[in-house]
Amino acid sequence: MTSGTYPNDLGAERVAIALSGAAVTFGRGARKTAALSPTTLKIAEGEFVALVGPSGCGKSTILKLASGLLQPSEGAVIVGGRETAAKAMRIGMAFQNPTMLPWLTVERNIMLPLKIVRPFRGEYRAKRRTEFRDRAHALLDQVGLKGFADKYPWQLSGGMQQRANLCRALIHEPRLLLLDEPFGALDQFTREELWGVLQELWLARKPTVLLVTHDLKEAGYLASRICVMSARPGRILDDSPVDFPRPRTVAMTFDPDFVALNQRLRARIVEARGGAEQS
Amino acid sequence: MTDFAAVRRKLWAVALIVGFFLLWEALCLALDVSDLVLPRPSQVFATLFARLPILWPHILQTLMTTMIGFVGGVVIGVAIGALIGVSKVAYDTAYPLLIGFSSIPKVAVVPIFVLWFGSGTVPAVLTSLVICFFPIVVNVATGLATTEPELEDVLKALGASKADILWNVGLPRVMPFFFAALKVSITYAFVGTVLAETVASNRGVGNVMMSASSNFDVPLVFAGLFVLAGLGVALYVAFSLIERRVTGWASRRDDFAAA
Repeated sequence: MTSGTYPNDLGAERVAIALSGAAVTFGRGARKTAALSPTTLKIAEGEFVALVGPSGCGKSTILKLASGLLQPSEGAVIVGGRETAAKAMRIGMAFQNPTMLPWLTVERNIMLPLKIVRPFRGEYRAKRRTEFRDRAHALLDQVGLKGFADKYPWQLSGGMQQRANLCRALIHEPRLLLLDEPFGALDQFTREELWGVLQELWLARKPTVLLVTHDLKEAGYLASRICVMSARPGRILDDSPVDFPRPRTVAMTFDPDFVALNQRLRARIVEARGGAEQS
Repeated sequence: MTDFAAVRRKLWAVALIVGFFLLWEALCLALDVSDLVLPRPSQVFATLFARLPILWPHILQTLMTTMIGFVGGVVIGVAIGALIGVSKVAYDTAYPLLIGFSSIPKVAVVPIFVLWFGSGTVPAVLTSLVICFFPIVVNVATGLATTEPELEDVLKALGASKADILWNVGLPRVMPFFFAALKVSITYAFVGTVLAETVASNRGVGNVMMSASSNFDVPLVFAGLFVLAGLGVALYVAFSLIERRVTGWASRRDDFAAA
């Protein structure tokens, strides 16, 4: 049993991410649009939180706030006890699009964080180069990209690029993992396989994970807590712990309890989209 | 593309050049054109080889002048291009001035350089510099300004510094633009040098052509033109080869990926 913490009531546990009344608006004056309503959310260290909700509801905005790529228009975002996210914690991030650098091979793309992030950056050129490369190859094997290390991103399919993207988010053993629909472009079977890979990794190292997804099954399989967001401008409608035992399996996703959770969350999202349930 | 198709395409290019000279030769013979008006290519090449010992120092002079001006233009161009490419404010502020500057006919600035530095090599270097730096500025600035924010975000999320981002994303992203500019600029640099040499120098291919035309030595004038064309092509090819090694990713070349 790994979860059991209750939403926004973290007690003595250390807080990894804290949004307090954080809101984001773009533009000014008449063209001002709100992307995120004032949101309060606390995520403890080692938690695996999934954010689900209709498209364009501000899920990605929350990720950007947590990574420090975006500053809140109001309120505050504290990550690892500090306001500058990247300085406070080693962050791994996988964007919705694979965003591989086209001039680097897959291997060098994956090794990029080691070139930037302390304490690896000083050792990138010299002593640990081979060790780093081995680590990259091990990750590639794990996601089923063995033998593609020397290819360029454009030689890979969309799904393969997304898997490489996941490797890049993991290689520097981040303490905070921010994932924006990392499995969106994959087929069902690869996706389920990678859920297993990610769960294994999380169980082994217990990083804090914030996962944005459309897939309720994915959220239920991976997360220790699921937050449902409303339509734009987003706010958090529902915040529930997921207590299924670990390691979870794909077979479990057919359990009555699992299906019931799925159904309940689905109803919340339908409600959030402002639409009536069809059929 | 197969190797065979590539070879055949190169052969066509050679055939076109040879055909151009043959047609020129044939038309001059058929219409009985005087070599005072338009010398035949065979006469031009004969003159070129006969006078090569005299021409050689001038060729070296022009080549050296052009390269100094070109390197200067590249350094200044990259610096200004990087500055206005990184900063939106600098881009908006400096662009009108740069456009105005580049609109000035460069023939007009040669007398000014002569006034400041006297005739000789210096005005030629400066003319080739001012004529060739603008394409570099525009291309480097455009390359940096159009860098996909998503690519920068990858590094920003890792806590990279501005220098990290420029080095790992901006610089490689700019390379295809930079090489496109180099190929334009190197030919411009020759134009600048020869322009200044014809007006205000006693050395260089431009000067040789000027004095040859006043002596009605038209084949020598054309020999000078051929030399300039040859130098331009040689440097263009050199940059193309480097470009292919460095920026093959941008054209998604398979031979680049295999290398």
